[in-house]
Amino acid sequence: MSGIPILTLLTVLPLVGAVIALGSGRHARAVALVTTLLSLALALVVWTEWSRVPVFGGYGFIEQHAWAPSLGIHYYLGVDGLGALMLVLSAIVTLMSVDAAHRVHHQPGLYFALVLTLEAGLFGSFTALNFFHWFLFWELSLIPAFFLIKLWGGARRGPAATQFFIYTMAGSAALLVAFLAVFLSTGSMDFPHLTLLASTGELEQLVTAHLGPVMMWLAIGVLAGFAVKVPMIPFHTWLPAAYAEAPSPVTMLLTGAMSKMGVYGLLRIALPLFGHQIEQIRTPLLVLAVATVVMGAWAAAAQKDLKRVFAYMSVNHLGYCLLGIFALAVPAAGAAAINSQAAALNGVIFQMFNHGITAAALFWFVAMLQERTGGHRGIDQFGGLRKPAPVLAGLMGIALFSSLGLPGLNGFPGEFLIFRGVFPLAWVAATVSVLGLLVTAVVILTVIQKVFTGPVPEHCVGFPDLHHGERMALIPVIGLMFLVGLLPQLIVATVNPTVINLLAHWRF
Amino acid sequence: MNYADLFRVTLPETALEIAALVVLIVDLGFLRKAALNLRVTVAALLGVAGCGAALWTVGLQNGSGFFVDGREVLVVGPVAVIAQVGILVLTALTLLLLIDENFTHHVGEFVAVVLMAAAGGLLIVAAQDLLVIFIGLELLSLGLYILTAFAKRSGKSAEAAMKYYLFGGMSAAFLLFGFSYLYGLSGSTNLAAIEQGIPQQGMPLLYVAWVLIVAGLGFKVAAVPFHLWAPDTYEGAPAPAAAFIASVSKVASFALLLNICYGLFQPGKTWSGPPQLLNEIFRTEFAIWQPLLIILIVVAAASMIVGNLAALAQVSVRRLLAYSAIAHAGYILLGVAVRRPYTGQVDTIHFVLDSFRPAFRSTNAVLFYVLTYGLTTIGAFGVVSVVERATGSDRIDSFVGLNKRNPVLAAVLLVLFLSLAGIPPLVGFYAKFNLFAAVLGVSAGPVPFALVALAVAFSVVSLYYYLQVLKRAYVMPTVDESPIKAHPVTMAVLVAIAAAVVVLGCFPALLQNWIESFYS
Amino acid sequence: MLAWTIYLSFAGALVLAILPKAKPALVRWLALSVAVAGLAVAIAGFISGMGQGLTVFVDLPWIPSMGIHFLLAADGISRVLVLLTGLAAVAGVLFSWNIELRANEFFAFFLALIGGVYGVFLSFDLLLLFVFYEIAIVPKYFLIAIWGSTRREYAAMKLAIYSFAGSAMVLIGLLAAYATAGSHSTSLIQLGHAGFPASFQMWCFPLVFTGFAILAGMWPFHTWAPTGHVAAPTGASMLLAGVVMKLGAYGCLRVGIALFPRGLDPWGVSFLGIGSWRDVFAVLAVIGIVYGALVALAQSDFKFVIGYSSVSHMGFVLLGLMTLNQIGMTGAVMQMFSHGIIAGLLFAIVGRIVYDRTHTRQLAELETMHLSRRLPFAAWAFVIAGMASMGLPGFSGFVAELQVLVGAWKVNPWWVAAAGVGIVVGVAYTWRALQKAFFGDLLPSAHVLEQEHGHELAAITWPEVTGVVMLAGVSLFVGLYPRILLDTIEPAVKALLAGGVQ
Repeated sequence: MSGIPILTLLTVLPLVGAVIALGSGRHARAVALVTTLLSLALALVVWTEWSRVPVFGGYGFIEQHAWAPSLGIHYYLGVDGLGALMLVLSAIVTLMSVDAAHRVHHQPGLYFALVLTLEAGLFGSFTALNFFHWFLFWELSLIPAFFLIKLWGGARRGPAATQFFIYTMAGSAALLVAFLAVFLSTGSMDFPHLTLLASTGELEQLVTAHLGPVMMWLAIGVLAGFAVKVPMIPFHTWLPAAYAEAPSPVTMLLTGAMSKMGVYGLLRIALPLFGHQIEQIRTPLLVLAVATVVMGAWAAAAQKDLKRVFAYMSVNHLGYCLLGIFALAVPAAGAAAINSQAAALNGVIFQMFNHGITAAALFWFVAMLQERTGGHRGIDQFGGLRKPAPVLAGLMGIALFSSLGLPGLNGFPGEFLIFRGVFPLAWVAATVSVLGLLVTAVVILTVIQKVFTGPVPEHCVGFPDLHHGERMALIPVIGLMFLVGLLPQLIVATVNPTVINLLAHWRF
Repeated sequence: MNYADLFRVTLPETALEIAALVVLIVDLGFLRKAALNLRVTVAALLGVAGCGAALWTVGLQNGSGFFVDGREVLVVGPVAVIAQVGILVLTALTLLLLIDENFTHHVGEFVAVVLMAAAGGLLIVAAQDLLVIFIGLELLSLGLYILTAFAKRSGKSAEAAMKYYLFGGMSAAFLLFGFSYLYGLSGSTNLAAIEQGIPQQGMPLLYVAWVLIVAGLGFKVAAVPFHLWAPDTYEGAPAPAAAFIASVSKVASFALLLNICYGLFQPGKTWSGPPQLLNEIFRTEFAIWQPLLIILIVVAAASMIVGNLAALAQVSVRRLLAYSAIAHAGYILLGVAVRRPYTGQVDTIHFVLDSFRPAFRSTNAVLFYVLTYGLTTIGAFGVVSVVERATGSDRIDSFVGLNKRNPVLAAVLLVLFLSLAGIPPLVGFYAKFNLFAAVLGVSAGPVPFALVALAVAFSVVSLYYYLQVLKRAYVMPTVDESPIKAHPVTMAVLVAIAAAVVVLGCFPALLQNWIESFYS
Repeated sequence: MLAWTIYLSFAGALVLAILPKAKPALVRWLALSVAVAGLAVAIAGFISGMGQGLTVFVDLPWIPSMGIHFLLAADGISRVLVLLTGLAAVAGVLFSWNIELRANEFFAFFLALIGGVYGVFLSFDLLLLFVFYEIAIVPKYFLIAIWGSTRREYAAMKLAIYSFAGSAMVLIGLLAAYATAGSHSTSLIQLGHAGFPASFQMWCFPLVFTGFAILAGMWPFHTWAPTGHVAAPTGASMLLAGVVMKLGAYGCLRVGIALFPRGLDPWGVSFLGIGSWRDVFAVLAVIGIVYGALVALAQSDFKFVIGYSSVSHMGFVLLGLMTLNQIGMTGAVMQMFSHGIIAGLLFAIVGRIVYDRTHTRQLAELETMHLSRRLPFAAWAFVIAGMASMGLPGFSGFVAELQVLVGAWKVNPWWVAAAGVGIVVGVAYTWRALQKAFFGDLLPSAHVLEQEHGHELAAITWPEVTGVVMLAGVSLFVGLYPRILLDTIEPAVKALLAGGVQ
């Protein structure tokens, strides 16, 4: 694929679609569907090309042009296995979100334009290799998300949107300041170049020479910025409100793709550049990661609103990613350790993908439940749905089990690899996190029991099952869950070389 | 005593006198029964013709003056010629503004007095002898007193004339007393002889003389603290008279000041009296005229301050113009005062050569300022008189809505007042800039600099009160929307003045080069 | 060729002034064509000047005895600012399309102001620059006094007097410099080589700089700005905040810093970290950034928020000028351009699009009006303008502020910290205004809904759409492709710095 700037194309395509959707009124959803399908096709093209000829030691599909050289700003795009996977994930999740949003009555043109702009933001930030470009799209995704919550959300959407905005802006500010400092010391904003500098220790020397002993502060700033996005305790308080008040299709996007931006940032920026600093504060970070896992699960157990249950479960699942990331921040010491690190990293990436799909599917189901019962989404408001809607129950059940981590479904390999990697590296943390696994299991089984089994309340009597269109949409997703669960090497085979490459460049 | 020279040199004055007589004869003789309009028009046009003739005779001069006993009594130098041309042009414009006025039936007398006063002005600027100066000054002043009183139906006019006359008489007395001291100290009434003749030990008396002379001349130019006549006179006098006082009398008086200060102080005398410190502070040659310098500077600063601050409070536009005239007099006096560079030595030849250009530069700047100021003021009074006659008062609120009632008049007002405030690209700005640059170019010491800073600062203050009038004309909603009519000649003259202000502002070199051409 | 911008504008003003009772439509189109012609010339001049250094295009003796020339020239900085003026002029005319009262006079004053601004940016003779600078004062007064709103006469007088006082200070400095340099010439190029004594520069620089900085809205002489901007009609406030404040900053740079660079040297003694005029003005700039932002956050009138935000953003310009390094000063010029566009856009939305329809600027009242539903164009335009104003990447403000911060860091990190606070507060007040004015949460009562039905807000007109698209588009374009301006600005700044400023 030489010559064609496919990554630029991929990023621009949703923007073009957004402009068209804006003027399409009632047909906006159709426009959005077409656009997201095309983006998915392009993303898959990138993925397959990458898997065919993985480029060891670097990035593929590179596009590099000078943009404002005096400021170190370059138009620098490229993907490796991680990036390509994230592109595919974003495309799939956005497609799911657009599909689920078939009841947007109020200004659909604007709604879908915002969704497509958000998709462009995702694509842009997953392909960026220069901080300016990356930050541009990071911010670009924030604005549509804010408006999607604010204008189409639930009863308490105002405060939820506000909180979302403030937290994320604060995080962005911290990131910006840290990167300014890096730029001032090195004169560069390119991720590959900075990674190279960091891997030899030169980055720290340059920063200390120019600005003094501020490297740890920079690291904390960067971590804070991403911690808000993932989220990590204690920066997570915006999440339940935002997820609950946003319309479910938007929540699909938030949890499926946007949260991955945070994890991606940790992998692309925090670990490579500030690995040594992270290693120095590894223990507190691990504590926070474990807290995220466990508290997420406990909080989920206490919720009565299905959306909030799943919201906290997202926190919990992403906690595993954090666990894996921080656990592997140890200086390499022997082949076994490297293996563990590789396993953990593979697991993290895998988990990013799987959680994205699964969480998006779960929120989709919640949306369906909500629509069919006229707005109910409390756990206790349903019951015995197995009888009137067996297909729904079946598919949702599969998704729930996948979230639980049942072997055979896509949730399992990710968590397995993470634990496989973390146990040798940080066994205390791993052990405590198992608690989270147990609690999650309890929560999910409870949901299944309360929603699908038991007596059917009156308002659920005429509960319609999935109709044809919805089945056509959901079955591929569920199928994907099975596929990845049974044949994880489809993904791991492509991602692993990238993992090895990344680990080789990270210095702790 | 070469009477041919005397005749030649006084040709302009003669032309004016003849014109005055012709006007009287025509008006009193042939036009007794005619309508007022016709009489006014004829008289004014005859007066303008007289000014034109006088201008032509000025052009006939060949550069040498009139001598008595080897001393030059009437000079035909640059300052004199420029001032004379200015006086004649301004007089002509004043007379043109007389058309359509109806404040008096004695039209011929009015024009004749104007012309005679102008002749007095012409005499002053050329005179180098104290007594001739005094004659001219009295001729001018007496004429002005009469002109002020001409609106017999107005009580204010009489009151103003009375105040003017009493004040003026007293100032003339002071002036003469001061002149007598100069005569006593030097033994001659000729300016050049006086400068050479004053002995070194005559210093204390010289101070007295200077104070008295400045009192007398300060009255003429309306400088603080000799300005008290100005607001009442500007307010009470009929508009053409006020315009004449504000323009021609100023030109003549400042030219006189220039003559006295420059002509009197040829280089050559040093002083051992006052401390060198004063020399250092003022960075100027601090010879025999140092007390004059200090007095002039104090008067200038006081005029700037008092004039601008008092104008802020005025509700009558005429009084506003009076106080602004006081302020402008302050600026000009600054130019008159600071005119010699400090060379650190008193070698005669070098002193002359070194001081040649800069001193002339500041003289040029003063003349430029005074001429353009006179032009602008005549225009301003023209506008005020039109509005006054239409609305019955000159209060600031009678200008409300002028833009709707007569847009051309409002535009003229805009141009003239902004020029007075010193806004480019109008000539008032350039005149100020030129003056201040000349002052600093001559001597850039801390005191002149502080004075220029003071002048600029108070120019800012002046913008406020000029804008108050313009605000009424353009901004405030109109109460009475009836159109204001003016005589076509008046409008033509006003538009021409405004156009001149704009053109000279954009291309000041036109006037500047003309002035400088006299020094080549 | 660029001189035609000046001539066309003044010619247009004159023609419009003499058309007394012409139809407003004719007047508008005439004004628009003059403004567009000026913009076309500005663009052509910008493009043809790419890669060129300082080019002199008119040099006529004006007052030969004093060495004053009618000298018009342009370097990169001038070209960028002339381009800004062209854009602001066209946008201003478009957003004044609905002026009915005395339309010809309005546009006459407008074009005269534009002409004066073009003149300042293109003059390379100090007196000529000053003349154009002062010419701009009078139209401002009348524009605000006649067509303005809140307390317009007071605001107009205050603005006129402050501007005049500032220019008086400059005049004094100008006279002193002219005299000290021997009274031969007032050409900026020659005065730049005059080599004034260091002691002279040490007092002349702060005088001239402060005089210009008053017009640039430097704290604490900024108080005319919010009052004036709020009182002015939309087209005038767009120009005032967008271009006229830049006159002051330009003067600071072109006259203050370029002619009297030694005035920025350290004094030798230092008090609380302030050891030179550079420190003084940098601190004042930073105070302006933070103060402007904090006060904007507390305003209840929508237009006042924007007015104070202008003070805050101009603080960045002044800070950038005081860094005296390539990147900081480039950032300052970029910020001049960027803020000019963004301020124009903000005032256009607040004044023309919102106020002319809702007749209120109080945020509390706007909150109940549901403007996101009834005026969606305005809401989304303000989202974009707000993003640009906050300095989000992708818009011109980000690059400009980034450069200023980097430049400032090289001199004193504390300035950057304080400026950073200003940026954060900037996000806060923009967002607050956005929320309250357009996306208020209060659900309307039935009564209000009924009222809304009866009073539909006037539809958005094509001049408004054109203006918004033009301004937002420029900001976006420059934000995504900053090199289009940077390539012109950087060499000019480099030349200026090499000329003696360390």
